[in-house]
Amino acid sequence: MGRTFAVILTLITVITVAVFVSHHWWFPEVASAHGVGMNDQFVETFIGAGIGFVLAQLALAVFAWRFGEKKGDSRKVRVFPGGAKGLVIFAFVYVGLEILGLAFVGQKVWADMYFTPPPSDATKVQVLAGQFAFYFRYPGPDGKFGPIHVDKIDEGTQNFFGIDTSEEGSKDDIVTAEVAVPVNRPVVLFLDSKDMDHGFYVRELRVQQDMVPGMEIPLHFTPTKVGRYDIACNQLCGLGHYNMRAFINVMSEPDYKTWLTQQAALQ
Amino acid sequence: MTTRGKFTLLLASLAMVALSALLVSEPVSAAGEGKVTGTIKLDGTAPHQKPIDMSKEPSCAAQHSTPITTETVMGSNGGLQNVVIYISEGLSGAAATAVASQPQEINQKGCQYLPHVVAINPNEDMKVLNSDQTSHNIHPQPKNNHEWNKSQPPGAAPFDVKWEAEEVAIPVKCNIHPWMRGYIAVVKGPYAVSDDKGNFTLNNVPPGSYTLTAWQETYGTQTQKVTVAAGKPATADFTYKAK
Repeated sequence: MGRTFAVILTLITVITVAVFVSHHWWFPEVASAHGVGMNDQFVETFIGAGIGFVLAQLALAVFAWRFGEKKGDSRKVRVFPGGAKGLVIFAFVYVGLEILGLAFVGQKVWADMYFTPPPSDATKVQVLAGQFAFYFRYPGPDGKFGPIHVDKIDEGTQNFFGIDTSEEGSKDDIVTAEVAVPVNRPVVLFLDSKDMDHGFYVRELRVQQDMVPGMEIPLHFTPTKVGRYDIACNQLCGLGHYNMRAFINVMSEPDYKTWLTQQAALQ
Repeated sequence: MTTRGKFTLLLASLAMVALSALLVSEPVSAAGEGKVTGTIKLDGTAPHQKPIDMSKEPSCAAQHSTPITTETVMGSNGGLQNVVIYISEGLSGAAATAVASQPQEINQKGCQYLPHVVAINPNEDMKVLNSDQTSHNIHPQPKNNHEWNKSQPPGAAPFDVKWEAEEVAIPVKCNIHPWMRGYIAVVKGPYAVSDDKGNFTLNNVPPGSYTLTAWQETYGTQTQKVTVAAGKPATADFTYKAK
């Protein structure tokens, strides 16, 4: 019985490691500058945790093979002969070093996203979440977002942001249901919600940020690959949550300008 | 009593039952009824309407080769569509309490409400359908009636609802697709909703003097007096000024 267990354990370990090492189970493509750093961080975590996983599993298999119960066995079971102190200290130091090491190498990636302000020339877009859709607002040629009037919000007439187009600053604002951004240029999104917590998650861009009513949370990144990516809400927000999504289109500079001009004409 | 006498009594009572059933089933008799026809116009240009971007719901977006808009719809010749016309004063007796027998319906198709505006009598049946490949959650927001919302997954059976109190007009929204908007006008007596040319016909109006009201979602209400004579259609045109 002990030997069967040891074989199964070894098989599980080998197969699990193989699907990752062969990249059979691997990350989706990365489409943002900081995403590369995040992938590296994941890989380091995999290696660190993987070594521990393999050693622990194999040690267990060896012990099961060698000391497993046999027929007619009359040996007494002893738990941690000599005490568990040494093992506990080892586990503490090993896991502690691992976590400290990961935090040390990962801090730069984190700081680039959250502790560094976006560059001043970043494309600015407001994102407003509501049950169950996202809407986006560009400031237009004047570079200014006009004031928001909550009482003017009316989805029936498509005034999702509650803007008064007769006001200075709001006149040239562009409101869209999909967001487009130019490739290889920094983007800053100002995330807000009008009803409850929602999540802004784009897998390929490696961005994920909660959207909280009343808080304008900036989120900046630099997309590096042209493409159309899903924006999913990843905070359970009610009955239509499964259906709450939008698209982010990363475009070449000329395509982006054309798109923005078209959208401006539709306002 | 003789056998013949019994038979006569039975026949007479049967005839009475049949007659009363006939009277009950026909509260508004068609004979001698008048009608009102007219056109709703918009003076000026209709406000700019932004096309609706339905890209988050591909099964709906695919149903519209050119993106649709909601709200004020201008028909040809400046006619205004989706205006509710009803009699707000002057109805009495059976005409005021009559319930139209033709059930109204509201269909969720291509992620919009068809028709955009429904007029209905209190206690008249209204059928709600979902023709889309996506779930809808229909949510009327009345002030005088009971508020409810109901989910309808694709392929779900239609359901019937009724409105008890008069209300012009109940906004209807979809809790899943924020751009969807419709209106239900619950009115007593004969009603009509203008067509894409702005024309309407109000049928089964008993002869008399009335106040006619027109309601439009953006421009509000307008009233005018009208006198209907038997067998002679009256005319009532309304003109809204563009804002």
